[in-house]
Amino acid sequence: MYKVAITGLGTVSVLGSDLENIADALKSGRSGIGIDEERIKLGFESPLTGIIKDFDPKKWLGRKQRKTMPDFAVQAYAAAKQALDQSGLNEDDLHNDESGLIFGCDSSCIAALDQVKRLKERGETSLIGSGAVFRSMTSCVTMNLNTIFKTRGAAWTISSACSSGGHAVGQAMNLIATGQQERVICGGAQELNWQSMCSFDGLSAFSSCTHNPAQASRPFDKDRDGLVPSGGAAAIVLERYDLAKERGAEIMGLISGYGFSSDGEHISVPGRDGLVRAGAKALKQAGLSPADIDYICAHATSTPAGDNAEAANIKTLFADSLQGNGPRISSTKSMTGHELWMSGASQVVYTTLMNRYGFTAPNINFSTGDDDTAGLNILTETDDRPPQKALLNSAGFGGTNSCLVLEF
Amino acid sequence: MTDAEIIERINSALAEEFELELGELVPEAIFKDDLDLDSLDAVDMVIVLEQEFGIKIKKDEAFKAISTLGDLHKFILTKKDEAA
Repeated sequence: MYKVAITGLGTVSVLGSDLENIADALKSGRSGIGIDEERIKLGFESPLTGIIKDFDPKKWLGRKQRKTMPDFAVQAYAAAKQALDQSGLNEDDLHNDESGLIFGCDSSCIAALDQVKRLKERGETSLIGSGAVFRSMTSCVTMNLNTIFKTRGAAWTISSACSSGGHAVGQAMNLIATGQQERVICGGAQELNWQSMCSFDGLSAFSSCTHNPAQASRPFDKDRDGLVPSGGAAAIVLERYDLAKERGAEIMGLISGYGFSSDGEHISVPGRDGLVRAGAKALKQAGLSPADIDYICAHATSTPAGDNAEAANIKTLFADSLQGNGPRISSTKSMTGHELWMSGASQVVYTTLMNRYGFTAPNINFSTGDDDTAGLNILTETDDRPPQKALLNSAGFGGTNSCLVLEF
Repeated sequence: MTDAEIIERINSALAEEFELELGELVPEAIFKDDLDLDSLDAVDMVIVLEQEFGIKIKKDEAFKAISTLGDLHKFILTKKDEAA
């Protein structure tokens, strides 16, 4: 098995438009959540949402390319381009069978709605326009990036609800570890619009803490009342470690373990041992024991049932090492909201940024836990010790779980 | 509307739709080689021109044979004459 290096990061996030600003937001506990007035008019139970500021798709790609790309796909391009530039790889280095793309994404809702609306307005399918078919597929990210970057290896999108991004990074890591790819740009992308969130809103799963949006997402806190939907795109350049070293690339970290599992239980209620099984597999692949982990970047989304289940999973997996000073735990979703399809990948970007900028991000809005979180070392303040060996949890509807181990 | 005005409207519509410079839009320009417009762009070109001039193009065999901008100008001028 080959070692797998992280050599580039990029993201378009509700926390900022460049890595330095995002690192600053994570360090200072700044929230990217606000109110969408339109959702109030439309009858949403919650108008809270992550808000991306200062992203202009026209600055990144021309009209011809954007024709086949909804905004979140352009954001995925922007994230991938940032990551590629940071890695020092040229686009020429990607024009071969050993370079691939794997992203996590599980909807392209607004594009599907747009094509139907246009047909009804214009009365002929030939008047819908040439871009709609490509925009409306969940694989629109990788099909478009493949034509732009001209990679010739893996090119597909993984759909597994809110663990899509985690599985995308994990599969990319495994393809490199087994020698099937030399480098993969991987990540996750999540559209940010009310259309894709309206039916989810109807499940009463979203926070209604509208009087203070920055305090709405409060993972693990006893007063949490639901998640805040969010989105954007995150990308990571993964490379075979020996090849990255050979070309003189800066190694920002290693992905040393990936584990997956599914619950086989309820469609929306997470199980009590799915993340245990995925985490144990990830640690085994990394050759580590739970006691080696000093930071858990939790999936915790601020829903009562989900956070309870994750806390129970962490307690089972880390049982012996929770005595005394257990691993520090925080959910970056306390600041970003739940980035859904993107979140498993953005956790990789955020955790790597924490290491590079020398801190571990707090779980903002956590003030009081409950019986489920008792004994867990949930960070209420920024810690000036960066993560060294981190476990990143991600879980999705249907009970699909992804765990990644990062080492710095 | 004069022929020159119609040609100007065609060129403006194409420049807007495909982010082309008006200076590129010479009659000799070949869509595929000079303007980088492919078969998918042709789908959108039909929509733009049908909406601009209120004509039907899609199933016209003569449209499928077009390869240069000059060919397109002649095609639209003929269509406008037929409609008049």
